[in-house]
Amino acid sequence: MRQGMLRDIILLLMGVGPLYENGRKIMNPIRIIPKLEVKGPNLVKGVHLEGLRVLGKPEDFAYKYYLDGADELIYIDVVASLYGRNNLLEIVRKAAQRIFIPLTAGGGVRTLEDINNLLCAGADKVAINTAAVRNPAFVKEAARFFGSQCIVVSIGAKLRGNEKYEAFTDNGREKTDKDVFEWAQEAADLGAGELLITSIDREGTGRGYDLVLIERISAAVPIPVIACGGVGKVKDFLEGIKVGRADAVCAASIFHYHQLKALPNRDSFFKEGNIEFLKKNRGNLDFLSGRLEPAEIQSVKQALLDSGRSCRFVNNFSEIDSREV
Amino acid sequence: MKNPKVVIIDYGMGNLFSLQRVVSYLGGVGIISSDPEVIAFAQRLILPGVGAFGDGITNLQKRNLVEPIKNAIRSAKPFLGICLGMQLCMTESYEFGLHKGLNIIAGSVRKFSEPISQDKFYKVPHVGWNRLLVPKRDKEGCSCEVSTMWENTILSKVRSGEWVYFVHSYTVVPEEMAVIMSETEYGGISFCSAIHRDNIFGCQFHPEVSGETGLKILKEFLYAM
Repeated sequence: MRQGMLRDIILLLMGVGPLYENGRKIMNPIRIIPKLEVKGPNLVKGVHLEGLRVLGKPEDFAYKYYLDGADELIYIDVVASLYGRNNLLEIVRKAAQRIFIPLTAGGGVRTLEDINNLLCAGADKVAINTAAVRNPAFVKEAARFFGSQCIVVSIGAKLRGNEKYEAFTDNGREKTDKDVFEWAQEAADLGAGELLITSIDREGTGRGYDLVLIERISAAVPIPVIACGGVGKVKDFLEGIKVGRADAVCAASIFHYHQLKALPNRDSFFKEGNIEFLKKNRGNLDFLSGRLEPAEIQSVKQALLDSGRSCRFVNNFSEIDSREV
Repeated sequence: MKNPKVVIIDYGMGNLFSLQRVVSYLGGVGIISSDPEVIAFAQRLILPGVGAFGDGITNLQKRNLVEPIKNAIRSAKPFLGICLGMQLCMTESYEFGLHKGLNIIAGSVRKFSEPISQDKFYKVPHVGWNRLLVPKRDKEGCSCEVSTMWENTILSKVRSGEWVYFVHSYTVVPEEMAVIMSETEYGGISFCSAIHRDNIFGCQFHPEVSGETGLKILKEFLYAM
């Protein structure tokens, strides 16, 4: 019996299909996606999407992530101010000048015109949450008009006891009475190209992904699932992939707080919002009780490769050449 | 060559701005147009696009773009089809029924699962980064280790194994092995990720969002073709 055959049989019985071919593991490459939450002109980060701390200028962080080998970037405007002062369109426009990987933008996307404006500004995909819940037909319309590949349905999930999850909108503020698993399935059926699944319970806490949530959705929908919310350590990514079976893994704090230490200009932020953290407590992560171990993208990718998973490794691609991997 | 011009054909199939922005970044001029005259006088052409094959070909016909595109290709102008734009160059597609393509390259467009047995594990659409590999066989059909296949093509600065970004559910299956410029493995199967014949290039991936590798490819198309 060749290596892995028993596992294949078990997985086949579970309806998953084998992960081996000719004794070689088939591992599709995993995407690592930093998420940049913006409020006005600043990059911010909270816990459970609340208590937002200003971290700096989004463009400083985004460009560094691009150079570090981020596979995509996700921008979320937490106050949904698509057309306000220092709006999301401006931030995306700035990023798209020198970042040549897929950019997803969301926060306040309500109409086809909003989508078109974001695409014109340089986004490649848009994330839709509140408007999709309020009017599911919008997802279908948007997918038909712009193609499924650019429609990411973003779902905020809160645990409601006994493995039941409820979808929340308006950046985690409004309840919907919608069951997350039913909504995920419906969004896929409506033509969403990908799902961004954020556990609001874990978000910003560093306690790791909600693996039950991620795994159940990954197994249920045919489209790619991006896991989000809770990463504190490099091993959390690995669990999201191995246990959660996510197709892409998204995180904010772990990258942002690493980057915060590395940024040369310590005063590179706009003086609005909660800037006390930057002024007085920069680098002090006590509020996360040691659950957060900041890391850079390359170390996450190295850990993935070490555990036998495939991912795009920019600095090294010429060495891991060709088919004999 | 200073400021090479390229006409990016607009036929209502997806977002062309990322592509135009990359062309400008590389020092070129990207002209987004659906005017048959502009296409007829273009120095070089890109046919981009995402979406359904049937809609794509219908939109090209409605805008009277089929003949101008074919004429431009016949007159040896550098041509690059991206994603759906490459698929439309094939003879036919099996996406939601049988559709006739531009028939510039002999072959078909098939869904990922079709030629593949059931015992493969992967999601469709294929979304994400994957590697460009020199085909196992060269143009004469011989197995080869090191290939010179990418010399003088848009991949001439790319090394086998570099990563590019894909979003697709269908792949091209050319009749002639010789037009297959690169292959990519996904879910344990190998598919044709780029094609080349004479002045015609096609890529299944999106060079405009494929990082530095994508920039090298588009730069080569703008300056060396």
